[in-house]
Amino acid sequence: MITALSHTTIWVLDQDEALEFYTQKLGFEVNTDATMDDFRWLTVSPPERPDYELVLLVPGAPMMDEQSAEQVKALVAKGALGAGAFETEHCQKTYDELSSRGVTFLSEPTERFYGIEATFRDNSGNWFSMTQRTAANDGN
Amino acid sequence: MHEPIPVYVHLRRAKDLMDREYARELDVPALAREAHASRAHFVRSFKKAFGETPHQYLLQRRIERAKEFLRSTGLSVTEVSIEVGFRSLGSFSAAFRALVGESPSDYARRWRAAGAPPIPACFTLMHTRPHRALFEKQGTDQQA
Repeated sequence: MITALSHTTIWVLDQDEALEFYTQKLGFEVNTDATMDDFRWLTVSPPERPDYELVLLVPGAPMMDEQSAEQVKALVAKGALGAGAFETEHCQKTYDELSSRGVTFLSEPTERFYGIEATFRDNSGNWFSMTQRTAANDGN
Repeated sequence: MHEPIPVYVHLRRAKDLMDREYARELDVPALAREAHASRAHFVRSFKKAFGETPHQYLLQRRIERAKEFLRSTGLSVTEVSIEVGFRSLGSFSAAFRALVGESPSDYARRWRAAGAPPIPACFTLMHTRPHRALFEKQGTDQQA
C-alpha cells in the first residue's frame, strides 16, 4: 500500500528566486541541488522534515511544449494554482514571523472547524494553506 | 484554437505508449490507432498539442532512455542501442550525438566516472528528454 507522499512539484517562475523565498522567507532547507545536463533538480524541505521534499521546477521543455509552459507560468503568476497545505504548531506565531520576513498572506489566522488557518502565496504566485490543526483533526 | 479535451486524452495515450514501449517498432498507424485518429489527423494534432511530431517524440524518448542506461548500468553502447529500439548502432550513435552533443561512449564515460546524479528516475524520465529546441539547433528535424 502507499504510505506517504514524499515529493511534490511546485511550478515556479525562477528557481534561484524560489530558492531564496523558500529558504530565506519560509525557513526551509535545501534538500538537494543537483544539475544533470541542463536539468536542475532543486528540492527543499521544511526543517526537521527532510522526508518531504518540494521540487521547485520551472515549467518548460521537455516536460511541456512552449505554449503549455507559458500557459502554466501564466496560471502560476495569476495566482490560479494552489499547491497544498502546510502544517504549523502555532499559526499566529508563524504568521507573525513570516509576515515580518515579507511573505504575502491572503488571509490572517482564522478559526476553522479543522484548526487555525492562514493562507499565503509564494513569490511565484502559488497559494498555500498554513494550518494549526486541532487535536481532533491532527490526522492521527 | 485549442483541441477539445477528449482529443488531448487520446493523444496523451499515444504519447504514454511511446514512453512505455519505446523499444517496440511503433509506427504512426499504430500510434494513431491508440489515439483513435486517422494517420494524417493524428500527426497534425500531436504536433499541435505537444509542439513536436510523434517521430521526434519517440526518438527523443529512446535517446533519453539510452542516457539513463548509459549512466546507471554497465551495458555496452551496442547493448543500449538495442535496448532502446534501434536497429543499427550507426543510426543510434548519430541520433545520440545530434541530440546530446557527444557520443554515447563519451557520455557513459563521463557519468560513470562522476556517478549518477541524485535525481529520482521518474523526474529524469519526465525532464531530461533531449527536446525540440535542441533538435532544431542540431538540424536533425524529421517528420513522422
